[in-house]
Amino acid sequence: MKEALSAESPFPPDSVGLVTPRTQHFNEALTLESGSTLNGFDLVYETYGELNATRSNAILICHALSGDHHVAGYHSEKDKKPGWWDNCIGPGKPIDTSKFFVVAPNNLGGCSGSTGPQTINPATGKPYGPEFPIVTVGDWVKSQSMLADVLGIERWAAVIGGSLGGMQVMQWSFDYPDRIGNAFVIAAAPKLSTQNIAFNEVARQAIMNDQDFHGGHYEDHGVVPNRGLMLARMLGHITYLSDDVLDEKFGRELRDGRIKFGYDVEFQVESYLRYQGRSFVDRFDANSYLLLTKVLDYFDPTSRFGKLSAAFEKATSKFYVISFSSDWRFSPARSREIVRALLDADRDVTYVEIESKQGHDSFLMPIPRYHEVLSTALNRISRKL
Amino acid sequence: MNELKLRIDQSLIAEWIQPGSRVLDLGCGDGTLLTYLHNHLQASGYGLEIDPDNVTECVARGVPVIQSDIDAGLSDFDEESFDYVIMTQTLQAVHYPHKVINEMLRVGREGIVTFPNMGHWRSRMQVAFNGRMPMTPALPYEWYDSPNIHLCSVRDFEELCEQEGIEILEYTTVDHAHRTSLGMRLFPNLLGEIAIYRFRRELGQVIG
Repeated sequence: MKEALSAESPFPPDSVGLVTPRTQHFNEALTLESGSTLNGFDLVYETYGELNATRSNAILICHALSGDHHVAGYHSEKDKKPGWWDNCIGPGKPIDTSKFFVVAPNNLGGCSGSTGPQTINPATGKPYGPEFPIVTVGDWVKSQSMLADVLGIERWAAVIGGSLGGMQVMQWSFDYPDRIGNAFVIAAAPKLSTQNIAFNEVARQAIMNDQDFHGGHYEDHGVVPNRGLMLARMLGHITYLSDDVLDEKFGRELRDGRIKFGYDVEFQVESYLRYQGRSFVDRFDANSYLLLTKVLDYFDPTSRFGKLSAAFEKATSKFYVISFSSDWRFSPARSREIVRALLDADRDVTYVEIESKQGHDSFLMPIPRYHEVLSTALNRISRKL
Repeated sequence: MNELKLRIDQSLIAEWIQPGSRVLDLGCGDGTLLTYLHNHLQASGYGLEIDPDNVTECVARGVPVIQSDIDAGLSDFDEESFDYVIMTQTLQAVHYPHKVINEMLRVGREGIVTFPNMGHWRSRMQVAFNGRMPMTPALPYEWYDSPNIHLCSVRDFEELCEQEGIEILEYTTVDHAHRTSLGMRLFPNLLGEIAIYRFRRELGQVIG
């Protein structure tokens, strides 16, 4: 999958370089937690590094709300930006592709190639749109396990994910405890707080109240609910950053240097948020966004197992729980709930809180101590393979 | 397996630990003691540590470590979750030593602490003759820049235990080079520089 880097490679030496996504089709029907069934589905994924002879060096990367399978490297020499976690994955980086075989799928219900609302529904010959069944973290992990089967990976050396990705990591330890050696649960929470759900609801309302939404059938009308999706992203983006980092980045700086007593963009932060919102609508589908916020809302192992510690009872992996001091969306206290449950269940757990300024987005940042902890843990794991 | 270098107080503690025990190490540093107890005595458990570099060292050794402030309490742990709760060279640096000791005996059956003994003759001499806060090889800090905010002597500690209904099961003292001698065994508060105690709740005492 990775092309040999020539001497005149346009990419940095610690990049995985040019990568090409693959699509795996599954013929078998997947019964979802909601009771609905997908009659066959696709998962698009990327891999980096080489699977070793004993197939023991595989790492699964679980993406968050707006992430996808393009985690590291470049799709073309013209790409301005690499994959979303390129700073952490590559030869010599914390998730070292000279040691590990890294697998990164796009989850069901997304809009980057795996089966989702934009896929043609074989029953109607039209895109699923709002009729795409609501999936859960459990459904995702099940589909990821089917991909692992196809790739011949019986047991992951590690499953790693931040935010919603961290929830998938926990789900792996509930549903496939023997197939995961090390669990990295980063900037996650055992379930959404009421406030988290409230934010998601505002995001959904923004999309659904867009005139162009048409009950989710916007494609039939040849329109896209851009304004709603943009608002949803702007709201989300505020919750991913900290008060301090926004202040540091923009302060009360005015775009034209003076107040104009009007409602056009005046403060730099307004301009930034609009830019974030606009660039998001170019790459994301509104129905997918609605669906993904529901996946987050529904994740609640406590309701299934009675208490969180019972959920971890069968887990055999070593756990690394990592939080960030400035994250208020999934604060360190939420990570401590996970740690507490793991301690109650007598699991092997290490908890690290990283000092950071960037809020929830910290988990995507190349914070030196964060990367040091990851590489220290993963080096140890690779030595023991 | 690399041979681990334990401090003498740590190796004395290791002699007190029963094989296969569950251990919580408060202020576990780089995880040396837990690694040793795991490798030689099949002990399991966790370390608590607040210093980021030490936490990373624990990760390198594979020691399960919880980055946490001991002063914030041990509320993450259930009652009697451990056979031993150990705290080496940290008692004097916490805000409420008596609360920490009681917490140790809530989550563990037995507690083990080591601390620098302020009753040692060298400390006494400095106070008596110089009128200055002691600075000794075991206490190398200036008074205004010291992590040690609750220093005590062997006699102070034993009085606290009595007051809190804590039974001392075993103790020893060593000097700053971590040797022990007959003199220290006879006059621990005068000649011991570092004190090591193993204790439990007195029978019939109500926890809390």
